[in-house]
Amino acid sequence: MSHTVKSFRIKQHSVIPGFGITMGFTFLYLTLLVLIPVSMVFFNSSSIGLVKFWEIASSERVLASLKISFGTSFLAALVNAIFGLLIAWVLERYTFPCKKIVDGLIDLPFALPTAVAGISLTTLYAPNGWIGKLFASLGLKISYTPLGITIALIFISFPFVVRTVQPVLKSIDLEVEEAAACLGATRLQTFIKVIVPELLPALITGFALAFARALGEYGSVVFISGNMPMKTEITPLLIRTKLEQYDYAGGTAIAAIMLIISFIMLLVINIFQWWASNRHK
Amino acid sequence: MLTKKKIKARYLSFNRNVVIAALLITSLALAGCSTKASEASGDQLGKGLVTLLNVSYDPTRELYQEYNEVFTEYWKEETGQDVTIQQSHGGSGSQARTVIDGNEADVVTLALAYDIDAINKNKEILNKEWQKRLPNNSTPYTSTIVFLVRRGNPKNIKDWDDLAKPGIQVITPNPKTSGGARWNYLAAWGYALQKYGNDEEKAKEFVKAVFQNVPVLDSGARGSTTTFVERELGDVLITWENEAFLSINELGEDKFEIIVPSISILAEPPVAVVDSVVDKKGTRKVAEAYLEYLYSEQGQKIAAKNYYRPRNEAALKEYSSQFPQINLFTIDEVFGGWSEAQKVHFDDGGVFDQIYIKQ
Amino acid sequence: MAGVIPINVRRTNQNKARERTLQTSKVIPIFLTAIALIFFILMLIVPLVSVFVKAFEQGAGLYYAAISDPIAFKAIKLTLITISIVVPINTVFGLIAAWAIAKFKFKGKNLLITFIDLPFAISPVVAGLIFVLLFSTSYGLFAPLLNAWGIKIIFAPAGIVLATLFVTLPFVARELIPLMEAQGTSEEEAALTLGASGFKTFLFITLPNIKWALIYSIMLTAARAAGEFGAVSVVSGHIRGLTNTVPLHVEILYNEYKFSAAFAVASLLTVIAIINVIIKNIADWKIKQQTKI
Repeated sequence: MSHTVKSFRIKQHSVIPGFGITMGFTFLYLTLLVLIPVSMVFFNSSSIGLVKFWEIASSERVLASLKISFGTSFLAALVNAIFGLLIAWVLERYTFPCKKIVDGLIDLPFALPTAVAGISLTTLYAPNGWIGKLFASLGLKISYTPLGITIALIFISFPFVVRTVQPVLKSIDLEVEEAAACLGATRLQTFIKVIVPELLPALITGFALAFARALGEYGSVVFISGNMPMKTEITPLLIRTKLEQYDYAGGTAIAAIMLIISFIMLLVINIFQWWASNRHK
Repeated sequence: MLTKKKIKARYLSFNRNVVIAALLITSLALAGCSTKASEASGDQLGKGLVTLLNVSYDPTRELYQEYNEVFTEYWKEETGQDVTIQQSHGGSGSQARTVIDGNEADVVTLALAYDIDAINKNKEILNKEWQKRLPNNSTPYTSTIVFLVRRGNPKNIKDWDDLAKPGIQVITPNPKTSGGARWNYLAAWGYALQKYGNDEEKAKEFVKAVFQNVPVLDSGARGSTTTFVERELGDVLITWENEAFLSINELGEDKFEIIVPSISILAEPPVAVVDSVVDKKGTRKVAEAYLEYLYSEQGQKIAAKNYYRPRNEAALKEYSSQFPQINLFTIDEVFGGWSEAQKVHFDDGGVFDQIYIKQ
Repeated sequence: MAGVIPINVRRTNQNKARERTLQTSKVIPIFLTAIALIFFILMLIVPLVSVFVKAFEQGAGLYYAAISDPIAFKAIKLTLITISIVVPINTVFGLIAAWAIAKFKFKGKNLLITFIDLPFAISPVVAGLIFVLLFSTSYGLFAPLLNAWGIKIIFAPAGIVLATLFVTLPFVARELIPLMEAQGTSEEEAALTLGASGFKTFLFITLPNIKWALIYSIMLTAARAAGEFGAVSVVSGHIRGLTNTVPLHVEILYNEYKFSAAFAVASLLTVIAIINVIIKNIADWKIKQQTKI
């Protein structure tokens, strides 16, 4: 990673003004609003000592919640990767009625408050809800199970893959595909050998963003999860539960773990994106 | 490449700009906050106007809505002062947490004494002897734990024994976060102790069997009621007596029935004035009157009307038809008080963790 | 972040006829489109529709009563106040940060962008927690100051504003950075060499170029500010009529068995979200037009 960072170089001479002031402001604002508050988590959890920290981090309930959070988020991101790719493909390559509206509505989960998504999804997927009823008759429970959590997470992280894949799909030259077709490749071969490699960086980015977003989600999940320790208790909820038990040290320690994970994921995504967009140059 | 001098110059100008930006941000932040401050102080400084904040737990919404109106009138008549009472509701534990962190409650009316004690955990915010300041251990009303089942009682649930049977789905909130759920848990435990002649191991087995039947563990009493009533999940809801009555009233008598077990716990939700807050705000007099008035005939009647068992004999008599006779034991008798029960059962690694986590 | 990555758009003139030659059969497109649409309808449209169905389940009268209730009104007012403080501050920050990041090259850019992204990836609960750790009067870092001066930050509107500022920090910056990077600096350089001041250059060259992306990102910031639940719920204290925002009011109604009322208020937020999406699409269209010229 270090050698990629080194390749940055301050532009030798720029006539664009205001680097100092804008960078100063950005830096200061971030320090006040992000760095100082976020560092509080580490500051507070360091006060409990490494041994205690490890004890909390490796306790059964925390591990179970991390497993549930990671499992459901991964599954949700995976579903979104597959269907996101499919939807992006359909939107870019085919025509069908109301395409513009479908395309426009993809962004809705970004703007819809998570609590609204939560009550709406719970109502739908509860055993007596519109969709839950269908599954209940098959003996399948959705609300209050990890499956319900996954559905909420699919909803909130839905736009990422579509929106990262779409522009790349647009930019792939049809000529390349045509050439492949002329050389005798089947449609499927073309897709796997020509299109997928082009799409892969965007797909991975979209997947990772969806995953990172799903990992921290709280508002929609609390309504649908049933909140059972060891079974459907996601990590953000466990933090909340710890606080409610006046266990500030425990809550903060788990928060620190989550913070480190989100930071590393984001950094990797950003560097990966930067690398992917510079690859062709 | 930049020369060292140039870099240095850039850093110097960078520093100067940081200072300018700092001023900018502080002024922005101050502009934001000062509007808030003036708004808040405006409320307090009005003559003859006083604001109380009552931080309470989930099921008391309806009770205090009605009580606040009556008390406001009473206080106006007595003193000529207008009092506005602000309400905050949530899980008992999370409500206590906000008071610890600086939510300036004049009075707290929570689900159990442990949560009020917990407010003092880090810093003494209210007098340690708070529970002795008002009659009946500072609990103006009591309640108990009953079962709510679906109309016609299809699973034929009569008593605690039936909750431990395989195939029965029991809905209760999480005892780690919900005050009501702790009463539920302790009531089941008390029943088992009585049944098995105080055998702690058997009681543990029994309560474990009950919790193995729990498919959803909501974080608060209201969440559980919603799960049971609205989501139609589970065969029986263990809940506060008042909450059970309320669900029937709100959602239809044709849907649910209340089942009264053979024995249950006397749940005593306590009230207290938060000393540090009332002294700072100068609201001690009205805050104390607010809680004392709960013990008045009028206050007791409102409690009874909202299905809390009143302490006052007359009020109890008037509403006696709605409160079934139950054998009640207290937490002091069976568990030696809240701090003991909390330590043994609900703290991390306690009995509840053992039976729930190790399933 | 909002799914925008700098991809050089070198789209060839799409030729429908050519496209058709690539499609050997009609079955696959129809099949794929059907699956995509079923997924789309199930995951997005049904939840959306259900909000409105539930909201009007018990008639328009109850709907109106729910959204004109005085406590609901106060919640709406608080949410609007929060938006009116948060959106300008984060817009100014977003513009400044985007300028610094997109128009210059420097070391550690990725790290800086990661810090801007951080509030987006942090769990809202953790976002709430960090402000409790700062401003709790018992545990907080600033507890002595707060107690000495008698200031309340959390469990007061100020705390809600702070938490919302934090959560919505990335949106404007992250929407503008890729666009401004793609646009490059040549136009600004031209204006500057012709003698325009830096601020004028920004006002008359840069701003018109990013106008639509800016409008959309402001809308997104406003929508997220209006809808934030997790972080606000940790620092709010749930005092009715004082520190309850609209999403918290939805939760309260939901917990009071007033399901229709809860969905009625939720539908207000949903409408905001839909308006947002419409503006985003207009913005996209305008940006496309701009880049064409």
